[in-house]
Amino acid sequence: MNAQPVADDYAVRMAGVSKQFGGVRALDDVSFDVAKGEIHALLGENGAGKSTILKILNGVHAPSAGTIEVLGAPLTEHTPDASRRAGVGMIFQEMSLISTLTVAQNIFLNHEIKTRAGFIDDKSAAARARGLFADLGVDINPSALVGDLSAGQRQLTEIVKAISQKVRVLILDEPTTALSGGEVGKLFAFLRRLKSEGVAIVYVSHRMEEITQIADRATILRDGRHVVTAPLSDLPLETMIEYIVGRRSRGFSDVVRSQVALGKPLLEVRNLCGPAKPDNLNLIVRAGEIVGIAGLLGSGRSAVARVLFGIDPRRSGEILINGAPVQIANPRDAIANGIALIPEDRLRQGVIVEHSVETNASLPIIDRLANAFFVSDTNADAAVDTQIAALRIKTASRDAAVRTLSGGNQQKVVIAKWLLAEPQILILDEPTAGIDIGSKAEIIALVRDLAKSGKAIIVISSELSELLTAADRLLIMVDGRVARDCPRSEFDDPDPSDDEGARLQYAERQLSKVLQQAHAHV
Amino acid sequence: MSNAPASPKGAVAAAPRFGLGNWRQYVIYVGFVAIFLIFAATLYDKGFLDPNNLLNIGRQTAMIAIMAVAMTFVLSAGEIDLSIGMVAGLASLTTAMAMDAWGLPAGVLAGLATGLVVGVVNGTLTTRVGIPSFLTTLAMMGIARGVAMWATQTKSVPILDDNYIAVFGGKDFFHFPVLLIWMVVVAVAGHVVLRKTTFGRRVLATGGSETAARYSGVDTASIKMRVLVISSMAACLAGMLYAGRLHSGRFQLGEGDELSVIAAAVLGGTSLFGGAGTVVGSIVGALMIGLINNGLLLMGLEYSEQLIARGVIIILAVALSPSRK
Repeated sequence: MNAQPVADDYAVRMAGVSKQFGGVRALDDVSFDVAKGEIHALLGENGAGKSTILKILNGVHAPSAGTIEVLGAPLTEHTPDASRRAGVGMIFQEMSLISTLTVAQNIFLNHEIKTRAGFIDDKSAAARARGLFADLGVDINPSALVGDLSAGQRQLTEIVKAISQKVRVLILDEPTTALSGGEVGKLFAFLRRLKSEGVAIVYVSHRMEEITQIADRATILRDGRHVVTAPLSDLPLETMIEYIVGRRSRGFSDVVRSQVALGKPLLEVRNLCGPAKPDNLNLIVRAGEIVGIAGLLGSGRSAVARVLFGIDPRRSGEILINGAPVQIANPRDAIANGIALIPEDRLRQGVIVEHSVETNASLPIIDRLANAFFVSDTNADAAVDTQIAALRIKTASRDAAVRTLSGGNQQKVVIAKWLLAEPQILILDEPTAGIDIGSKAEIIALVRDLAKSGKAIIVISSELSELLTAADRLLIMVDGRVARDCPRSEFDDPDPSDDEGARLQYAERQLSKVLQQAHAHV
Repeated sequence: MSNAPASPKGAVAAAPRFGLGNWRQYVIYVGFVAIFLIFAATLYDKGFLDPNNLLNIGRQTAMIAIMAVAMTFVLSAGEIDLSIGMVAGLASLTTAMAMDAWGLPAGVLAGLATGLVVGVVNGTLTTRVGIPSFLTTLAMMGIARGVAMWATQTKSVPILDDNYIAVFGGKDFFHFPVLLIWMVVVAVAGHVVLRKTTFGRRVLATGGSETAARYSGVDTASIKMRVLVISSMAACLAGMLYAGRLHSGRFQLGEGDELSVIAAAVLGGTSLFGGAGTVVGSIVGALMIGLINNGLLLMGLEYSEQLIARGVIIILAVALSPSRK
């Protein structure tokens, strides 16, 4: 979209939209337009109002003020059903698939294909689903149970489900969090096709490089207010980030990388095999060192964490801590041996969302905080308050339910929880997934500080810039095996630029190349 | 996104829950007081407020309340125990029979052992074999009932030991029913354990999110095993109290109690989906059910009418309670 679209080219026109939650003004007089056949990025930090405006468009919330038009028709009824009838479809960050049904059954849920006799026709549904997948160029079996799919496959299923419902306005909220590089490419190709068919696409992501690749225009929100709407060509990355954070950003490139003197090997893994993955893994992490694990989806990145933490069983191999072999059969053994895992799925594995910050953070160490059998609130209060202050967790109080916190702060609660356990070895799986760019950098800086204090750290991530910023050494995994193990410096530009951002981008390209090559050789 | 809370359902429900959550938290207590006042006013001339009648409500409710305390743990851990009513009946018989054969200590031991065995079987099937507790305890319901009927050819077994009857509920202690003392002791212990001990905290964590609890190093299988054992032990204590009160063990004792107990816990604000529960609420829930039963009886309603009225009141109370997610 080069020129400003003319009036009836708009798929969505939201004007003067405000939304009040109790005393909190989540949106203040925001206008937001999306043209037909446009991919429009909606950007802003956590809490900027992106979710709120999308939920209004999607009919989950009614606006307190303002008007909404979809495809020229005013939207007066604010229910998810009314929005769907108007042609708006949303792909949620949290997945809305039913794991006990098949892929095809999920796609056609609530608008099942029926036979003449009025019975559900699973065969036609599967065939139609197969056709939709073929269009997308994805290989997913429509008759497979959703519960058996990988996170990436589930995400694609979710998108296909929306597409199957003749959606004219498609909202994607962090659609690539769980996708591998290849899957992202396929998704983008598919989105471009939808766009050429006139579908209006609203794209929300914290991954700036994706925005620059896919979006035509961007609207940036900050603190519930509209900041700017402009074609991407007018928004270089630096400007975009400036608009988003409202000050010079502390991007990843700003994290100070000082070489720390490495201590003795704290964690040593020899020929470790899990149930399927990892396959014959060898790994040494020294005190003060951060080892990054890169790999595409399904490479067994997270399986390494699960086996080390005793969640998945160890088939063979040895784990040594401080040089001594240890048996880790369950998470309790891992914790007893000074290992902490910040798991991949924050909401399911990391916290109990309905429970308070304090209850969550103190859970792994309630025995240590207790007086005999009794939970000591005084001890827990003190310990948790220290962490809230140290990690600068933004919460109403230590007694607030974790559900009420932003993604970044929820993640800090998970980190606080494990720092309280005083681990020697810290494993972080996707530590900044779904978190805004400011908080991402903050969390990575925190991880580097922890390494400096002598901990051995493993960072697992699908975000290359994050790995490159955090890690001292990188492991590249393919199919459960380590394809390469090399120092971070190997990805440095031999002729380094003065600009930190450019240096990081160079390293990212190198790492990406290595990843693709490693995959090609299998 | 800070205003996109944890789960889709949380996201949608966030706004109304803050508004209504506060009064819903106390609906059980308000309801209890309201029903009490209504009965006090309308049934004044029928002796509702007579101390003897009020103590009677307590006597009739004690067993339900004791089991409801244990059920609070089971539900908070995300499990359920349907076998308690039948297990109470079974324990009344094992106690009476063992006492008949070998004397008082053996009888008490037999009653408690019944609870331990049933609880361990329920727990093992649920945590090791992986059968959901709903099914395990549903099956155990029939087994306990069957064993109780078979062992006695459906006859009741009399209890003649005065000491047993004095301790397990038949008598008053300085004009105060012993049953109520049992109830208060169990309630206080249950409240302290759930709120103040590391075990209680782990029970709530297990029910709140089993995965997150496991990732936090909680041995969730052992927690579930323990709550199911607690539950059958409480059921057996209730059975022994029934036996003491009626001077005999009978397989029919405790029949249908599982429903009153679950209703009491849910009325009191314990979530059927785990992660949240209060012992005090369950006790008040149990007392409220006792209060309703007593009031309807004094009103002179037919048994059939009592059943209908009780059902309607319970539905109303649960509809207004906070735990109905």
